Amino acid sequence: MLQDNAAFVTLDGVSHVYGGAGGTLAVEDLSINVNRGEFAAVVGPSGCGKSTLMKLATGLQFPFKGAVRVAGEVVSKPVKIAGMAFQAPTLLPWRTTLENLLLPLEIVEPHRSRIRRHKAEYVERAENLLASVGLRGQGSKYPWELSGGMQQRTSLCRALIHEPDLLMLDEPFGALDAFTREELWCVLRDLWQARRFTTVLVTHDLREAVFLADTVYVMSKRPGRIVARREVGLPRPRDLEVTYTDAFTDIVHEMRERIGLVRRT
Amino acid sequence: MNAAAEARLLRFAPWLVAAAILVVWQVVCSLFDVSEFIFPAPIAIVRSLIQYAGPIAMHAWQTFWTTMAGFAIGVAVGMLLGMAIGSSRFVYRAFYPLLVAFNSIPKAAFVPILVVWFGIGSLPAVLTACLICFFPIVVNVATGLATLEPELEDVLRSLGATRRDILLKVGLPRCLPYFFASLKVAITLAFVGTVVSETVASNEGIGYLMMSAGSSMKMPLVFAGLFVIGVMAMAMYECFAVLERRMTGWAHRGTSAA
Repeated sequence: MLQDNAAFVTLDGVSHVYGGAGGTLAVEDLSINVNRGEFAAVVGPSGCGKSTLMKLATGLQFPFKGAVRVAGEVVSKPVKIAGMAFQAPTLLPWRTTLENLLLPLEIVEPHRSRIRRHKAEYVERAENLLASVGLRGQGSKYPWELSGGMQQRTSLCRALIHEPDLLMLDEPFGALDAFTREELWCVLRDLWQARRFTTVLVTHDLREAVFLADTVYVMSKRPGRIVARREVGLPRPRDLEVTYTDAFTDIVHEMRERIGLVRRT
Repeated sequence: MNAAAEARLLRFAPWLVAAAILVVWQVVCSLFDVSEFIFPAPIAIVRSLIQYAGPIAMHAWQTFWTTMAGFAIGVAVGMLLGMAIGSSRFVYRAFYPLLVAFNSIPKAAFVPILVVWFGIGSLPAVLTACLICFFPIVVNVATGLATLEPELEDVLRSLGATRRDILLKVGLPRCLPYFFASLKVAITLAFVGTVVSETVASNEGIGYLMMSAGSSMKMPLVFAGLFVIGVMAMAMYECFAVLERRMTGWAHRGTSAA
């Protein structure tokens, strides 16, 4: 396989400092390589600069040192091809669920100039997407009428409605209860399986990372450094049952020990 | 007490309290035979309201339109300033202290200056109303814009949204509840501004009417003027409260929705 050609998101020796030169070092010498269509997860203790990594990879911030490349180009402005979802669903309370989904389409070209005249087509697309995450017919409800899990599904849909090449997730399931979280793992797994967008998932949940990702990176505490990279060889499609197998537990265990080592040093 | 009766009682509570105050006021004035020149009883006030209905209506109209004109200008200026201050940290740092300083000056102190500049008449009243009412709008609009969730901004910027996109799609709709809340405060302040200006520098308006009635010892008419201002301000407040509920129902779901 041609590794270099396939590289989609590349961080090369990236360091980032907050508050200008001499400020706090957030991440140090990060090197990550995510191929097109790959699902990568970044795991680390809280405050390790995982969110900084997200912002660097999407061009919301620029590295103090090193280079970030997305789709072969050095990132010099917000990337425009990314969808993002966060721990908080950040839906707009004055818009219905469906209208919330249409928001990215009102901003991203070519949809932006088409949406007025082809409204029905886009509404149908949004409704299909809602149906695919188990929210069929919920489009007319306002966000506050939805449960936390449903809001997070909507947020995920909003990140995907414009069919981005890159999906960036910052602890998207962190605020959900354990059962809802596992349900949403499967929702995300199915969406990814169907569309194969390149995904970077930032999380502090090892089981989540191992279940969903092809490759898991472990970050040290601040300043964040990559201390381990592990390919998850588990066959796809993965059933939730896989999380109870020995193979799965072994990987989680192994990564857990790495983080334990990070803590002690 | 059942729920329906309780709801009805809540609805009529302000009227009941107002009526009770009027009754006590009348009784006290009658019992102690208080002079009309010192503290007129409600009945005397109503009598003068009817007697001078024509002039009162004329002056009330003058006060009303000057207030609304000043308020309209104040809203426009307040929104623009609020948008500038709320969306730029530089403008915020540079202008906010100045605005606070300006706001702490009693607006009555401006009236003589405005009179020198624009003469006696409606214009000083309009400008005083405008000066006194724009501040709460600025503060509220700016707060609404400045408290935008950073994650939401990230979502939009990663889609390639411009600052204008973010302002139109999220910033402004988000600050509407703040904006309407400030309108309710601003309209009552605008009445204060107009009347203050009229008492000093006008030949028209309720403020002027009260001044001239006071100087000719027609105390019931002075109180009638107070009453008219109160009613106008309250009516406008209610208008904006209704508008607020209509426009920003999503922000008040906790109290109104079941």
